[in-house]
Amino acid sequence: MAGPIIRTEHLSRFFGTVRAVGDLSLEVPAGIVFGFLGPNGAGKTTTIHLLLGLLEPTQGQASVLGFDTRTQAGEIRTCIGALLEFAGLYERMTAEDNLDFYGCIYHMPAAERQARIKELLTHLDLWDRRKDQVGKWSRGMKQKLAVARALLHHPPLIFMDEPTAGLDPVAAATLRNDLASLVAREEVTVFLTTHNLTEAEKLCAQVGVIRQGKLLTVGNPDELRLRTGGSLAEVVGYGFNDQTLALLRERPEVANAELHNSHLTIELRGESHISPLVSLILRSGGEIEEVRRGKASLEDVFLTLMKEENT
Amino acid sequence: MNDILTMMRKESKDVFFQGGWKSLIRPLLVIGIMGIYLPLQFGSQWVDLTPLGMILLLWIPFFVIISFIGDVIAGERERHTLETLLASRMPDRAILPGKVVTTVLYAWGMGILSLLLGPVVVGLFRTQGNWMFYPLYLFVAALILSLLVNMLGASAGVLISLRVATVRQAQQILGIGTIVFVFGIILALQAVPANVISSLTYAQFLLIAMAVIAVLDAILLGLSLLSFQRSRLISS
Repeated sequence: MAGPIIRTEHLSRFFGTVRAVGDLSLEVPAGIVFGFLGPNGAGKTTTIHLLLGLLEPTQGQASVLGFDTRTQAGEIRTCIGALLEFAGLYERMTAEDNLDFYGCIYHMPAAERQARIKELLTHLDLWDRRKDQVGKWSRGMKQKLAVARALLHHPPLIFMDEPTAGLDPVAAATLRNDLASLVAREEVTVFLTTHNLTEAEKLCAQVGVIRQGKLLTVGNPDELRLRTGGSLAEVVGYGFNDQTLALLRERPEVANAELHNSHLTIELRGESHISPLVSLILRSGGEIEEVRRGKASLEDVFLTLMKEENT
Repeated sequence: MNDILTMMRKESKDVFFQGGWKSLIRPLLVIGIMGIYLPLQFGSQWVDLTPLGMILLLWIPFFVIISFIGDVIAGERERHTLETLLASRMPDRAILPGKVVTTVLYAWGMGILSLLLGPVVVGLFRTQGNWMFYPLYLFVAALILSLLVNMLGASAGVLISLRVATVRQAQQILGIGTIVFVFGIILALQAVPANVISSLTYAQFLLIAMAVIAVLDAILLGLSLLSFQRSRLISS
């Protein structure tokens, strides 16, 4: 579809006097994985409920796939796939029966349903366990099955609410890889909420950061890095002291400089060069063994934004 | 209709027949009591469907219903499957009826099988091959009343299940509600002048009972359907 696949305008939701989502204006383009980042209680899940038409907004409006969330919620739920806060699997039923039930919900013909179930379970290495009751599975396997369920009816858009929450690092990494390969293969747009920054960095083309119901910023991870701090340089050596730090901090291209043991960490504005700073350190009596350039991680960006919001 | 059938298939697999042969223990126990044990105890009186026999036939499936029905919505909420179901395209008008109809048919099916088994057991073991069957009007009344009573249990159960967080809470409220309901019937019957009750035939009494229960069913089912709102279920 032309234009954004999700659009919200001044969307707000209050529970009594508590603001869960406030004045959220957002556009998510089609064909990408959009990460909705925020700490616990930031309003991520409420936003998904609003976009699915499961909750009425207190103010503002939203559209998903061109459908209004207030008046066309049924159409939205017909077209999307969802993996919400909990896997939501029927644990007393087999994996195959779980998928078959959702295939029937979306009116998939029996032959297509069976073929699709086989395709997805094979891709996720679950086909041999399809007759198991889901309750006997590990959490990671259940989450994979829930991903398969969300993709079953070929939706153009899927919502995922913290899909790797509660998984051990190995299971989380496996699920992330499976998710990335499936999303690329199925050419589906994903609205993914997470507080896991590694996950957002690996999967998302664009991220929005939300805190206490308020959207702080939106952009691709590189843009956000530039917007909130630029690049980093780490200098390892000897003889660094307060005078070195003071000299560095006076330079216009330096946003901040810190000294930890024998490591100097320099935060640069924009894409500044490091060589003049290296000369400066040497002139001030320092001895350099190694200089490393790097980008701020999404975690740095996130923490900076949280800090800015606090002040 | 397709959506209701989809819900019914899922309910059957998830709630009633999920554990292989173990799933058969409960219906076999109920049918064993109502279709074998009671006819053996009552003998040829069983096929007369006296008021006591009729009450027993209605009472046992009703208990089965109220032990299950709390699972219908509260169970889904407790097991975190409700949110995903509500986020799907399954319409409201299919979710609730699908669940209610499956539960009612499960209990009603046990009632019908027991009702049909009774005369066979009596003929084989109590009247030595002298085959007897219920008077037709009582047989039909038992079928209809059984359906209506099961619907009463199911609709009351759904209404309560919609408003509580856990299956245990639902079952506790249903247990207390059943006691209140039974005492309500006794008090209502005591309030009616004795000459009015004695002037009624058994058939007339059964017809009035059917009418009263049908009205209660309609009220409770209507309230359940009105209470079934996605936003309320999600935010509660």
